[in-house]
Amino acid sequence: MLGKLSWAAIPFDQPIPLLTGAVVLVAILAVLAWVVIAGHLPYLWREWITSVDHKRIGVMYTLLAMVMLLRGFSDAIMMRAQQALAYHSQGYLPPEHFNQIFSAHGTIMIFFVAMTFVIGLMNLVVPLQLGVRDVAFPTLNSVGFWLTATGALLINISLVVGEFARTGWLPYPPLSELTYSPGVGVDYYLWSLQISGVGTLVAGINLVTTVLKLRTRGMSYLRMPMFCWTTLASSLLIVAAFPILTATLAMLILDRYFGFHFFTNEAGGNMMMFMNLIWAWGHPEVYILVLPAFGIFSEVVATFSGKPLFGYRSMVLATMAICVISFMVWLHHFFTMGAGPDVNAIFGIASMIIAVPTGVKIYNWLFTMYGGRIRFTTPMMWSIGFMVTFILGGLTGVLVAVPPADFLLHNSLFLVAHFHNVIIGGVLFGAFAGYTYWFPKAFGFRLHEGLGKAAFWFWVVGFYVAFMPLYAVGFLGMTRRMQHYDVAEWRPWLMVAAGGAVLILIGIIFQIMQLVVSIRDRAELRDSTGDPWDGRSLEWATASPAPVFNFAIMPDVSGPDAYWAMKQHIKQQSLEGREPDYKDVEMPRNSPTGFVCAFFATIMGFALIWHIWWMVAAGGVGAFATFVAFAWRDHDEYVIPAAEVARIDRANLEARRAALSLAGNA
Amino acid sequence: MTDATLAFTQADPHNLRGMQEAVVVHEGPAPKRIVTGYGFWIFLLSDIVMFSCFFASYAVLLGKTAGGPSGAQLFDLRSVAAETACLLLSSFTCGLASIAADVRSARWYQAAMAATCVLGLTFLALEGREFASLVARGAGPTRSAFLSAFFALVGCHGMHVSAGILWLLTMMAQVFAKGFRADIMRRLLCFALFWHALDIIWVAVFSVVYLLGSAV
Repeated sequence: MLGKLSWAAIPFDQPIPLLTGAVVLVAILAVLAWVVIAGHLPYLWREWITSVDHKRIGVMYTLLAMVMLLRGFSDAIMMRAQQALAYHSQGYLPPEHFNQIFSAHGTIMIFFVAMTFVIGLMNLVVPLQLGVRDVAFPTLNSVGFWLTATGALLINISLVVGEFARTGWLPYPPLSELTYSPGVGVDYYLWSLQISGVGTLVAGINLVTTVLKLRTRGMSYLRMPMFCWTTLASSLLIVAAFPILTATLAMLILDRYFGFHFFTNEAGGNMMMFMNLIWAWGHPEVYILVLPAFGIFSEVVATFSGKPLFGYRSMVLATMAICVISFMVWLHHFFTMGAGPDVNAIFGIASMIIAVPTGVKIYNWLFTMYGGRIRFTTPMMWSIGFMVTFILGGLTGVLVAVPPADFLLHNSLFLVAHFHNVIIGGVLFGAFAGYTYWFPKAFGFRLHEGLGKAAFWFWVVGFYVAFMPLYAVGFLGMTRRMQHYDVAEWRPWLMVAAGGAVLILIGIIFQIMQLVVSIRDRAELRDSTGDPWDGRSLEWATASPAPVFNFAIMPDVSGPDAYWAMKQHIKQQSLEGREPDYKDVEMPRNSPTGFVCAFFATIMGFALIWHIWWMVAAGGVGAFATFVAFAWRDHDEYVIPAAEVARIDRANLEARRAALSLAGNA
Repeated sequence: MTDATLAFTQADPHNLRGMQEAVVVHEGPAPKRIVTGYGFWIFLLSDIVMFSCFFASYAVLLGKTAGGPSGAQLFDLRSVAAETACLLLSSFTCGLASIAADVRSARWYQAAMAATCVLGLTFLALEGREFASLVARGAGPTRSAFLSAFFALVGCHGMHVSAGILWLLTMMAQVFAKGFRADIMRRLLCFALFWHALDIIWVAVFSVVYLLGSAV
């Protein structure tokens, strides 16, 4: 009746996950109870859960990423504590639990923090920057978000029902095959990523179509803000790479569920094929994450330097070059496979070549700052912190791209330090810069600057204290994922690294405080003009928070840095008080399709993990029925009358004109 | 003669009339039909990438029969030829359905879609018979890595055809209940693209899996 599921699946003998699970469960129930008792449920359902508004969906993605960051960071600090303690001892985490923690940490940080964060920001900002009213497929956008949430939910369920994978964040066979991992851990990994992978693919298709087919009048390709370009490149990579992940995980599923022999030790299976396939997805994935971050830095640096982005066209070229070359370097993740010197040399050289366009970008940002009037706001601080940190991470990357060096450093903590250096210093700092930069656009008030800067300093210093020692122990020969060790020289470094994790924890606490304080002081931090930073692109040409239709009148673009040009125009020609010619606006209607689909996907995923076949069938039928019901509806749009559009727009227009005329007189 | 061909024979040989302006002046968001079709094309490309992984794994594992039967011993090319004929014919009837929808002929549309459905089901029946006979001969997917790759690739295509038939029936019902509404026409466009893409993939399956596979 319930497949493999029984009471034995609940880890009653392990206090850490059980206690954590209980606390989280109580917290969730408390929030739910508050929502229901305070009567917020209809509002949440109407305005958020069923929303197909790209801004709302972007906010929900970002919120999910931040919650999952807390989970992923808890795993991280537990690992640092374990390695600080486990010299000549077992530490406090038993090996099977430690292995689950490092697997969950990597999986969560990549798929449900970094991916989710950048997709959230792209969703929030790109239609605004393109000057349009929504993404190409609003309802599918909602489906994509909720499927991502399903994946995150399944991983968190594994904390208290059953176990998570002990194979690392990429389940290398034969360890991940049924013979060596008979439990449900790998199945949790596989199904949560298959389901959230569908969501990611949908988001990618949606964003590619939006950038290529939905731009306002006059917004030709070379007038798009850089963030739109990097979104395009990143989404193209999603479309080209995520199907590889889906196919690879499907093969592993066939191996585990039906006794196929894709990657097994016997009957002709080839486990190195898994490494090749997974990294053919995995390396582009790195650039899926970091390219949007590059776009965020381009926007932030140009805005706070008060200058147009230096070398715009070279930046576009560099972005698209990275997009293509990122598919030609995957083998550098396993030089030690023994493919031979010629193959290794080619991939080593390709890996070094991809550093060239990245270097171009760094110089472009530096030259954008050069001669500008730089304002050191929090987003700008994150950007400068990124430039310093990312250069270091890039250089160690070029070092491990040299095959002979890689043979020594492969799977050592040096490698761990390297990729944290680029992913924290690149993607996460970028996400934080974008979060601070666009927060007023989403909510109508800025984040507290002082606390933001405090968080920044603890994060940056904490990062260096936590990861520079790992380069050192890597050189001293320490391999990754060690539950305990007997080498005395490693211990001091690992103690320091644990201290760094504590500093980062303080940074995260400051970020939470910043959010709370900013919400409390929102009246003082209010952004009434919609343009709090003196921005350059179109998202600043509408109110904060942006109205549901984004722009009362679709903007007409006549050059790069569209909003900057409009502002110059208004300042020079004194203000004309002419009332715009408002028209009715058609917007897509909200739909529960995404939420209902994800509900059935969760049931199906859980049932597949535990081999509850009747429940799988029920979930499948439910999901199909949802789609048909969605396809059956007669009205998928509603009209906002011109008078209402005018009413919403006027308030913002007055505040904006007042601010601009002040600036014009100065 | 259309305008385009006339223009080709006369002045502007590359038919660039207005192109320069089109590049410089971007006219704004594309109409819905274009956006939907374009997005679906992108999805199809991603689907083809997924298939290419299964093709790659088949190529890698082709000789890995683990002492079991090889393609030359197993494949019945006559049955495969019949499958191919069904699928290619179904693409033709699917095209007829698109034309019928364009001229708003519900009767012809339903007839052509029904024919497409029957051909698709025949294809699936033939494929199912082939799979069943392989399993009966002890050449199921668990026998060797080669057979795993074979069943996964061909089965993945078969799953797509099955999903396509579910979609086809939904579209017949939608047109029956609601007529040729604009949003339904957009879905029909996507369905037709999907069905033809499955045909393209089958051509690759036929050549790589069955023809090249029979040589080993």
